[in-house]
Amino acid sequence: MRYNERELLSLARQPAEKAAEILMRVPKKGSVLKKRLVKLVVNFLFYFRTDEAEPIGALLLEHCRITKEEENVFSISFVEEPERKYCFECDSEEQCQEWVEALKRASYEFMRRSLIFYRNEIQKMTGKDPLEQYGISEEARFQLGTQKQ
Amino acid sequence: MKLNERSLAFYATCDSPADNAGFLLKRGERHTAYHRRWFVLKGNMLFYFEERESREPVGVIVLEGCNVELCDSAEEFTFAIRFGGAKSRTYVLAAESQAAMESWVKSLSRASFDYMRLVVRELEKQLEEMRCGLAGGCGGCRGAAGSWKPKTVMPERLPALPAVLPKENGCAVWNNALGEDRSPGTSGCAGYDGEGNPRPPPLPPRRRASSSEVGSSVGVAMAESPSTFYQLHEQYGQEVARLRQDWLERRRGPRP
Repeated sequence: MRYNERELLSLARQPAEKAAEILMRVPKKGSVLKKRLVKLVVNFLFYFRTDEAEPIGALLLEHCRITKEEENVFSISFVEEPERKYCFECDSEEQCQEWVEALKRASYEFMRRSLIFYRNEIQKMTGKDPLEQYGISEEARFQLGTQKQ
Repeated sequence: MKLNERSLAFYATCDSPADNAGFLLKRGERHTAYHRRWFVLKGNMLFYFEERESREPVGVIVLEGCNVELCDSAEEFTFAIRFGGAKSRTYVLAAESQAAMESWVKSLSRASFDYMRLVVRELEKQLEEMRCGLAGGCGGCRGAAGSWKPKTVMPERLPALPAVLPKENGCAVWNNALGEDRSPGTSGCAGYDGEGNPRPPPLPPRRRASSSEVGSSVGVAMAESPSTFYQLHEQYGQEVARLRQDWLERRRGPRP
């Protein structure tokens, strides 16, 4: 699949929501835990070799499942292949929980659901659609209709 | 750089609702020939397929940090997705009607994660203020400054702003290139008075076409219409939000 790599690389250099050196294992046969710089920017998780400026890879965090595994460990998998897990081993349980929370909220779809929720709440309280002031109440992406997981 | 392509393809083709979908002509990179492709916008990702029924996209354009502009072209209804970097590719697309073009430009200009986050934070703040009963009070704005973490203070002279969070009034506010009149993106927000009772918003002050500068247009607004503090705060707030967006986009620009 073609993609605009230059822009994605540029995104990888943006200030991160969260970044840390974490042990990571990719879902490939025979792969082992390796220390990586893991960086969350918008809905992408970039991972770098610790001494390199360009990421090895990026994960788009949509339709994914963040699972707390054993102590200090969490995994990311995608809904179409739930057994194929990217595993991360943190330095502490606290760090692990922080990453799980941050990654669960990192998707565009999560934000959309939050927006719809707040819009609905405000509308219930005021009888007025808060998006009208921006003229975006009719945008498809903000509709209260069926939003699938 | 590796990308989780299989998951991306699944995201593109699964039945989660798309923010926009339709046929567009896409101009080739080296050759100026246009190819008709089926485009699907989901979140900040614009996928394109050879055919509508194709099982996998040919490609995807990550839209974060892009600008969407109208094009001056022999081909009708063209618009471009541009990025800030020096060697960035510009994607030139053509719709099949004026309405389709407008629909795409609107949805693409608002597709970024950052934009969505801005709107979510704004609503979060409003809800917070309502719950604390601080509508129209000073406490709300102090809280607001914190929650946005604005990286720029309101300077006196400001560059032209991107079309983020403008109020629609039928004119092409999303088109920076033509320097369209900025519609009053202001005080329609004061939907409730100090007691939290809903009331119809007062007419917002008109922005002058000549002033694409925030400072002067806000100044005009202040001179022209009496506003409640809350309305003014909202006005500044939206300007700050736009400034921040502009600043973020410009930050991405010069990077190689």
